[in-house]
Amino acid sequence: MIIKLKSAPTITTSSCVGGKEERRGPLGDKLDFYDESDKFDCDTWEKSESEMQRRAFNHLLSKRKLQISDIDVLIAGDLINQCTSSSYGLLSFDIPYIGIFGACSTAALGLGLCGILCDGGYTKNAAIVTSSHFCSAERQFRFPLEYGSQRPPTAQHTATAAGAFLIEKEGKGAHIDEVMFGITVDAGISDANNMGAAMAPAAVDTLLKYFRESGTGLEDYDLIVTGDLGYEGHRIVTEMMHTLGYDMSGVYNDCGLMLYDRQKQDMHAGASGCGCSAFAMAASVLPDIVSGKYKNVLFLGSGALLSQASVLQGENIPGVVHLVKLSHREG
Amino acid sequence: MSVNKQKYKKYVEKSAKKSPIVKNCVKAFLVGGLICAIGQALMQLYMYLDISEEVSKALVSVSLIFITALLTGFGIFDNIAKHAGAGTLVPITGFANSVVSPALDNKSEGWIMGLGAKIFIIAGPVILYGTTASVIYGVIYYLCKVLL
Amino acid sequence: MGIFLDYVYAFAVGGAFCVVAQILIDKTKLTPARILVAFVVSGVVLGGMGIYKYIADFAGAGASVPLTGFGYALSEGVKKAIDEKGAIGILTGGLSATAAGIATSMVLALLTALIFKSKNK
Repeated sequence: MIIKLKSAPTITTSSCVGGKEERRGPLGDKLDFYDESDKFDCDTWEKSESEMQRRAFNHLLSKRKLQISDIDVLIAGDLINQCTSSSYGLLSFDIPYIGIFGACSTAALGLGLCGILCDGGYTKNAAIVTSSHFCSAERQFRFPLEYGSQRPPTAQHTATAAGAFLIEKEGKGAHIDEVMFGITVDAGISDANNMGAAMAPAAVDTLLKYFRESGTGLEDYDLIVTGDLGYEGHRIVTEMMHTLGYDMSGVYNDCGLMLYDRQKQDMHAGASGCGCSAFAMAASVLPDIVSGKYKNVLFLGSGALLSQASVLQGENIPGVVHLVKLSHREG
Repeated sequence: MSVNKQKYKKYVEKSAKKSPIVKNCVKAFLVGGLICAIGQALMQLYMYLDISEEVSKALVSVSLIFITALLTGFGIFDNIAKHAGAGTLVPITGFANSVVSPALDNKSEGWIMGLGAKIFIIAGPVILYGTTASVIYGVIYYLCKVLL
Repeated sequence: MGIFLDYVYAFAVGGAFCVVAQILIDKTKLTPARILVAFVVSGVVLGGMGIYKYIADFAGAGASVPLTGFGYALSEGVKKAIDEKGAIGILTGGLSATAAGIATSMVLALLTALIFKSKNK
């Protein structure tokens, strides 16, 4: 179901923080902060990820010249168990806090929730912060960092990045016109090394439902961006849409493809993680909406809802894709 | 959305980017072969030093484990293994790396429940099932010996 | 010439074990840990059947360094212990024969962890 935000709240400010590989990538010079060691002056990787969130949000406040007390609600999420990267990272801010989990779809989910809160008049503003860290994710989901293993080409690389966004009822920036929360789709994929394939059907599902209900089509948008399906998922969505009669070429991109230079960086199927789409949106897509390069954009955040236990138990990986329609407005 | 799971899984497996198996096998062969050749050289060295064959064999393992621990500590081993694949996994270097790497990683959760408890998270199954298999073999061997 | 051939055999046989594992990794979805378990158990079985002895005599370190050699050492240890000490050897033989490798791994892992930390990738 499409949720129409009548007042079209605005993403007025965004900030992003990243690690070594993200700095080396095509969007590297757009980072507000980066650390070559990926440590951010912390002694554990979990703390490093929290620190990235803290810095991203702190920078958001100073960019917008706001005090902590000016923010009505703070929504945050990450991949680490019980969202501790978010709760510890944002502990020092005395703002009502909501932790959410949507795996890699968290940024889109959060933008949607913030937009609804502002549009409903419940809050005058709302902030969303998301993060992922390669080292903390690797420790939790795969192997020890120094363990020698080969990754198949379909595997995605968890981005070391955090993004923060401020949504306000009024202001200049990219407008959130509509939100559509997706359903969870079990496509029968249980291979954690091919999460793009696990999520792609959910992306197609949400996109088609949105087209049907809104009565719009591909031609109405300058950019449709999923985040983050990687090369595998991007290809599958393109092919699935093609068989349904939609030609996605030229209008479709994926956040997982934007972070790294595939020729120079050994990143397999591209980036993933809650920080990936947040970084790509903050560094590339939102500025292009503000500048007017894109007038109408569909942002589809995609999450693979797995845990270590579910993978070991051989369960399929359900995907969920949330859609946020963003637009540029003159004046 | 209803997805035909079997059909979709087949399509994904068929169309997914494949691992470069020939290239991987060549690299695994060269690196794995080289490690074994180094083992052979060490074996000859220890034998030359008048150490018994049994002790020399043990020393070869000890030496290779030592080199692996060092490379793992310096953060080099995983960069070699990324290319070598089974070439570093199958020799005793793979076993050693699978013990050293969780030790390094889980230090942050403490010496007992972190490092201590997690040290065999990958190598544990190897020791468990290897030992169990040897016990089963022992029972069979013993029964054969007594009965025949 | 004889010594040189020892190296060739060690290289070729050791490399061949790795190729088998590599094909399993790339062609099946078997995780590395499962492959290692399969190799060790295969080593015990081949050792118990008396086949691995020939590979070991032929390839030297090419047979003892791969994890199948670890399995072979387990089975040889059990056999020897039973011959020397009787039934108790069923339980003591395997780990005694492989104790050097396991103890070294554990102690060096602890020492390495004292000195080093995991690095970013």
